[in-house]
Amino acid sequence: MNLHGIFAIYRFEMARFGRTIWTSLLTPVITTTLYFIVFGSAIGRQMGSVEGVPYGAFIVPGLMLLTIFSESIFNSSLGIYMPKFTGTIYELLSAPLSPLETVLGYVGAAATKSVVIGLVIFATAHLFVDLPIAHPLLMPLYLVLVAVAFSLFGFALGIWANGFEQLQVIPLLVVTPLTFLGGAFYSVTVLPEPWRTVTLFNPVVYLINGFRWTFFGVSDVDVGLAMGVTFGFLLLCLAAIVAIFRTGWRLKS
Amino acid sequence: MPEPILTVRGVSKTYKNGPTALKSVDLTVERGEIVALLGPNGAGKTTLISIICGIVTPSSGSITVAGHDALGDYKAARRAIGLVPQELSTDQFESVLATVTFSRRLFGRSADGGHVEQVLRDLSLWEKRHAKIKDLSGGMKRRVLIAKALAHEPELLFLDEPTAGVDVSLRRDMWNLVHRLRENGTTIILTTHYIEEAEEMADRVGVISSGELLLVEEKAALMAKLGKRELDLTLVEPLDAVPDGFDEWHLALADEGHKLRYVFDAKAEETGIPALLQRLGERNIAFKDLETSKSSLEDIFVDLVGEKR
Ligand SMILES: Nc1ncnc2c1ncn2[C@@H]1O[C@H](COP(=O)(O)OP(=O)(O)OP(=O)(O)O)[C@@H](O)[C@H]1O
Ligand SMILES: [Mg+2]
Repeated sequence: MNLHGIFAIYRFEMARFGRTIWTSLLTPVITTTLYFIVFGSAIGRQMGSVEGVPYGAFIVPGLMLLTIFSESIFNSSLGIYMPKFTGTIYELLSAPLSPLETVLGYVGAAATKSVVIGLVIFATAHLFVDLPIAHPLLMPLYLVLVAVAFSLFGFALGIWANGFEQLQVIPLLVVTPLTFLGGAFYSVTVLPEPWRTVTLFNPVVYLINGFRWTFFGVSDVDVGLAMGVTFGFLLLCLAAIVAIFRTGWRLKS
Repeated sequence: MPEPILTVRGVSKTYKNGPTALKSVDLTVERGEIVALLGPNGAGKTTLISIICGIVTPSSGSITVAGHDALGDYKAARRAIGLVPQELSTDQFESVLATVTFSRRLFGRSADGGHVEQVLRDLSLWEKRHAKIKDLSGGMKRRVLIAKALAHEPELLFLDEPTAGVDVSLRRDMWNLVHRLRENGTTIILTTHYIEEAEEMADRVGVISSGELLLVEEKAALMAKLGKRELDLTLVEPLDAVPDGFDEWHLALADEGHKLRYVFDAKAEETGIPALLQRLGERNIAFKDLETSKSSLEDIFVDLVGEKR
């Protein structure tokens, strides 16, 4: 195992985070505060509670995941895309690193960053609402799992992308809409048919409900199914990356 | 006999939707050698290097580096290799020291400050170690790339056009560096378009054209084997044209008719020179000076590539 190599990549990626540490940490604090002002106070007052959870608290898991999704994808895809773009990928490809070691470095760093940011959102939200955690061990575990899954996804995206637009288009046109439509800020049970059934085909619904369940012990969908979808997504991304390295797709000619 | 540092067997490469860049190349390089790969644009030099370093997948063939199979036991093989690419690609926002240390660790070595310092000093980069790469000149960037390639103490160093876009004095520095590295036991394979560079630096020269390694020879042997010589006769009276009766020598005029030039094969039994001089005497064509010179690798190369086409 080339531990030095893994940590070299990890450190390199974390250094980019370090250079922009204040904007990286201040952004989620400000966004969270804005969400609380708009949704929590202005609208939330009329909403009362959802499934027995005050609305302000109800949106916190969704808010955290919204950011985890985009941060994981952004950091991981940029991490592997930049060397392709600048040409420094030659060094990575000629280094004595296995695919697993390469992925550990990039995905590890991207996931670390988004978990940190997720926790910053959690801490900020704490200032506004009471947040009892039903499953205090599972909650951070789930957070890490989702961060890793989306970082893997971002890594594959970064390898696929041939330009900066392509890097942005998937998060913007696929992930963000699916998240908003996936019950990040509402319970899908309030939707009228047929939208309710349609929504159940959105995998993000399961991710959000699984995570929300670790907070409040309530979920719109079966918890086992939610966990299954989360693991399934993780394995799918992993399989995609294994395939990429096997074939050298878009990495080696 | 010690095992060669590099063995390439039947390596060929056809790019997807692209040309056949290499056609079954065989090459063996002994430890401590300096080998120059000489060839025109698109000959396949970078492709060959990229395949050995693991950046491009070969279509067929096998490669052994320091006794390790480059595909099967790629980690061990790659640890022995350092690569300075043709393109100047670096992380613009990193400092020199950070990027060189990064390279060392990427190749599985602990961040030994001593070795990194030595490499940076050897390349006159130590003063600039805290500078961001984007603030360096092009020649310095190239040296940073060399430092990165040397950071993990490779046994085999590839220099893909080390002097492209480099001024004369830096080119001299580069040649000196190559000789110093060789003294420390590093094997070096470099590519170049410049004949004089191959002549200056290499022990052996391989000529690549259109994906084929036409030949690999000791530099001196190559010169002797293929070297043509030129005989220049400085005339007392300049001529307007080559006189009749000299057809068998294929003479040419040079220097506005002041010189008569005869190109001959130095290895041939009969150079034809005595007969030529005799004929000149018969025709009363007087000359005041006579000199012969070796033709350069450049002429050899043009001949070789021409022959194969
Ligand atoms: N990634 C690629 N995809 C398709 N074709 C390629 C690729 N890289 C190189 N080629 C082609 O392969 C051939 C050999 O290219 P290569 O870069 O190996 O030549 P070279 O000898 O290094 O040339 P130069 O002296 O210009 O650097 C060329 O015809 C080139 O167009
Ligand atoms: Mg080249």
